[in-house]
Amino acid sequence: MTPRIKHDKPDLRSALSSSVGKKVLTGVTGFAWAGFVILHMAGNLSYFGAGEAYNEYAHKLLSTGPLLYAVEIVLLVCLVIHAILGVNIYLGKRRARKQGYSTYRSAGRPGLQSPSSRTMILTGVVLLVFLVIHLKSFKFGPGIAEGYSLLVDGEPIRDLKRLVTEKFQHPLYAFGYTGVMVLLGFHLRHGVWSALQSLGAMNRRLTPLIYGIAALLAVGIAAGFIVLPLYIYFFAP
Amino acid sequence: MTIHLKVWRQSGPDAKGELVGYTLENLNEDMSFLEALDVLNEELIKKGEDPVEFDNDCREGICGSCGLMVGGIAHGPMKATAVCQLHMRHYKDGDTIVVEPFRATAFPIIKDLVVDRSAFDRIIAAGGYVSVDTGGAPDANSLPIPKEDVDEAFDFATCIGCGACVASCPNASASLFTGAKVAHLAHLPQGQVERKERVVRMVDQMETEGFGDCSNHGECEAVCPKQISIAAIAKMRREYLRALFG
Repeated sequence: MTPRIKHDKPDLRSALSSSVGKKVLTGVTGFAWAGFVILHMAGNLSYFGAGEAYNEYAHKLLSTGPLLYAVEIVLLVCLVIHAILGVNIYLGKRRARKQGYSTYRSAGRPGLQSPSSRTMILTGVVLLVFLVIHLKSFKFGPGIAEGYSLLVDGEPIRDLKRLVTEKFQHPLYAFGYTGVMVLLGFHLRHGVWSALQSLGAMNRRLTPLIYGIAALLAVGIAAGFIVLPLYIYFFAP
Repeated sequence: MTIHLKVWRQSGPDAKGELVGYTLENLNEDMSFLEALDVLNEELIKKGEDPVEFDNDCREGICGSCGLMVGGIAHGPMKATAVCQLHMRHYKDGDTIVVEPFRATAFPIIKDLVVDRSAFDRIIAAGGYVSVDTGGAPDANSLPIPKEDVDEAFDFATCIGCGACVASCPNASASLFTGAKVAHLAHLPQGQVERKERVVRMVDQMETEGFGDCSNHGECEAVCPKQISIAAIAKMRREYLRALFG
């Protein structure tokens, strides 16, 4: 066979589309979203705060104006890149082994293959579909104009708490949201440590430690999201 | 002991293959797996049938020639061994074992269990070498290297290029192989001359050959007969970023 050796100089464009570049971009954009979901979860927990803590927090967030838009644009760009690369890597893997094995087993540790790592494309697609529904329900859902308002210091603000409470009293929404957050936990279980490995930030000593911390983080984030719908469905008046 | 085998038989690169069942009786449990295949082939030859083609050479776990998917795991179920060092005593009398070739688009099947792994040679040719001055050999101790670097470099240098990493990877990625070569040379003073070009060219060649992208499953490390850590892949990524921005 004739050797097929190329001698390209590294330039940013080809580097970012290289197999290393794709992983680095997937990791960075994934991290941006992991940071976002942690803040989002913390925000959700203010539902349990005293008085109008939840509505006031939502109002403060909205009143940051341009800053919020900037963050939203960054998140959108990250999401598009992350999703495109995820699909690209998935399709590439199918091309790289056209005929699968009749029998395949994982050899176990020290390998880190898990149901979580094997289902990244699936959990990712579910999360993407969920995101669209979720934004439609809440961010672009009924607001002050539709009567979801209350007065705080004489100023009308959106009564998001009422909207959230109403939504999660429906079993479909409460349990659908719970289910998707479990899948988010699965996505993060592989995603968080994998992003660090993709950025080259791992070594023999760090990997087991970070892999363990990532599991705790994934469970913590998923649990943090799940308490709200379950509390509302079972206990809210 | 009696062992039932289901072996992938494929008469040529473009032929359609299938799993064919064979039963081997009176096997000695101290035989290696490849010796059991030798027994099978002797029986096939006596019957006038085509023997099962499989790659092998040193049969002591150091050359990287052999490589089979045994029971769905590259090199079989034992850790840190090539399939030539897998012994029949790890199986029970009456077990059925599925034997398939290493499967990847970049490793086309030649016949039966033999695949063409020359894609690895081309990745090496793209950058897995060092520039050396001609002339007399330098004194062995004239180039001081910190012990930590030597140890790291040696761990990565133990790669025998068998291809189990690719075979076991759900994505058929060659990242552990390429990462081991890049990490090995990046740790040594001799590797500094081509340090930046090396990683870019080898990663580029890896893609050109049609290997998949790594998804950090780490399965490669679990099946590697030399137990090379996926730290090599992280190192390759650092080296790549260094080549780009450093």
